Amino acid sequence: MLEKALHGSKGYYAWIAVLLLAIAVGVGAYANQLMNGLTLTGMSRDVSWGLYIAQFVFLVGVAASGVMVAIPHYLHHYKEYGKIVIIGEFMAVAAVLTAVLFVVVDLGQPMRVLNVILFPTPNSMLFWDMCVLSSYLIVNLVIGWTVLGAEKKGFPPPRWTHVLSIVAIPLAVGIHTVTAFLFSGLAGHDYWLTAIMAARFLASAFAAGPALLIVLCLILKKTAGFDVPRKALDSLAKTVCYAMIANVFFFLLEVFTAFYSNVPGHKAPLEYLFVGLDGHGQLVPFMWVATALAAIGIFLLLVPKFRRNYKTLVPALMAVFFACMIDKGMGLVLGGFVPNTFEQVVEYTPNINEVLVILGVYGIGFLVLTVLCKVAVGVRAKEIAPAHEQGAEGDAAAAACEEPAAS
Amino acid sequence: MMGAALGAAGLGALSGCSPTEGASGRAGGGVEGRHWGFVVDVEKFNRVADMDKIRSVCAKAYNIPSIDDPKEEIKWIWEEPFEDSFAEMDEAYLADAVKDSDVPVLCNHCEEPPCVRVCPTQATFKRKDGIVEMDYHRCIGCRFCMAACPYGARSLNFSDPVKHLDHVNPDFPTRTRGVVEKCTLCSDRIDRGEMPLCAEASNGSILFGDLNDPDSDVRRALAQSFSIRRRASLGTGPSVYYVLKGVEEHA
Repeated sequence: MLEKALHGSKGYYAWIAVLLLAIAVGVGAYANQLMNGLTLTGMSRDVSWGLYIAQFVFLVGVAASGVMVAIPHYLHHYKEYGKIVIIGEFMAVAAVLTAVLFVVVDLGQPMRVLNVILFPTPNSMLFWDMCVLSSYLIVNLVIGWTVLGAEKKGFPPPRWTHVLSIVAIPLAVGIHTVTAFLFSGLAGHDYWLTAIMAARFLASAFAAGPALLIVLCLILKKTAGFDVPRKALDSLAKTVCYAMIANVFFFLLEVFTAFYSNVPGHKAPLEYLFVGLDGHGQLVPFMWVATALAAIGIFLLLVPKFRRNYKTLVPALMAVFFACMIDKGMGLVLGGFVPNTFEQVVEYTPNINEVLVILGVYGIGFLVLTVLCKVAVGVRAKEIAPAHEQGAEGDAAAAACEEPAAS
Repeated sequence: MMGAALGAAGLGALSGCSPTEGASGRAGGGVEGRHWGFVVDVEKFNRVADMDKIRSVCAKAYNIPSIDDPKEEIKWIWEEPFEDSFAEMDEAYLADAVKDSDVPVLCNHCEEPPCVRVCPTQATFKRKDGIVEMDYHRCIGCRFCMAACPYGARSLNFSDPVKHLDHVNPDFPTRTRGVVEKCTLCSDRIDRGEMPLCAEASNGSILFGDLNDPDSDVRRALAQSFSIRRRASLGTGPSVYYVLKGVEEHA
């Protein structure tokens, strides 16, 4: 089936070339980092995790796209999701793979990464995160590939894929919960030390993942005639809406606890993020943009008229997606380090080399997503309309990936 | 067992390996039943201690690089204002003698070390005598320990530390870029029956001893004075105590 990714339109080849260029730049920047160390990042002894780990945390959330269509489809036999469940699974594969790559580029000694397996340490949450992330990755890839293979041959998928799909559901809950535990189990960072962290991670993931999935499906529909029932997208948009409301609600619970209790340690990180602390407020504009995006996104998704109109649905979904990206991909990780253990404020600004590495890692992620989408669309296009297979599917995959690349 | 440990340590020194490398180190190391700790006399420290001297003997013995950039500094023991070190106390009217004092801060060699709990490779581990040690050759540089340590006592080698060393002590390994390091409580000296260097160089302002022994210097000092530990409410069980008796007298 992979051969479907080798042929495409001019647009498809151009998109692949752009991705390969981004990857080449990223690999170069990473080689530079390997030679010179993490001094080429903006991280410090006070803010010891930066945008790499923040992207990891956010992308684990995007991987929820798989399960939010899998639960209604496999557990509740909601047939409308039959066509998009595979796209959700492939998006999850690309997201988890990219997330894990961000952990690898973050390591000071990446050549020793297998020490995590060589010396398994169950008391470390990182060990469990490795277990659930790799399981979720493998399960989604195996299900997606097998189902697509069966579809290509015109057979129903084997029964074991159905069982595996049900296995994937607790794994999906697991990846968000364990990733949240990386942070919420650390005494000394009051912004992280909160029981609602895992719930916040789940809510945010159930909003951001399906939001991107709908956008991806709409692009595939528009450019490649990829058949997505309107009803399925509307149902999924409702999921995004309610998950985002839960996400904002959980965040407001944090705000209440911090400010009504008046405990300085709990207030400080929120003050740093939203108004600045001790004259430092680099993240303030980002957090308010995220707040506005969350409000706009929820409003547009709540009103049926706007939710059902693709012209307002797409901006609403992108608003939700970027609100989650700023909240988890910046505020959560960076805010947790402020103030430091001596109650001093040390800020973090990413280094240019670090930004290029991030570009390269996203390049790899989009390449994987493009190839998987191309294969899926290729198999479907042949099934539906063999005559237009060549040109249309290529543009679809290319365009599908161009949209999120704007981030 | 002992021979094997010494052999491993000897080979380690030759090849630049950590003295705590290998099974002998991970099995615990140190003498069971001991609990090494420090008691800092804050007033005396501010009066008689020379922090530059303490840092310099420590740095020379353990090949600690001297890096000017505060974001990438490698710190095993250093001075911080009392108010910052004990920020959670948030006292409104501290005696000037306390308020203006600096205290030495270092790894607290916790009884319940968060760094050990989170390390995914057991590169950080606790010896039987309470010392929290590191294997610089197993550390993958994930910095989970840095996020977990509530004392800011851990440093990452952001770049090659050897470039920042004027002189290398061949008896202790230099580190490589990308690994985390911290104070070892001079475990190698303790194993030889010697005092930690900072206590030795402190002109008597940092006491060292076995916290499990009621007749030790540290326990006697604690029995006589009001003592505090940094962020003990987090349940870490720090083994570094600060006594304030002298300060009260002088205030």
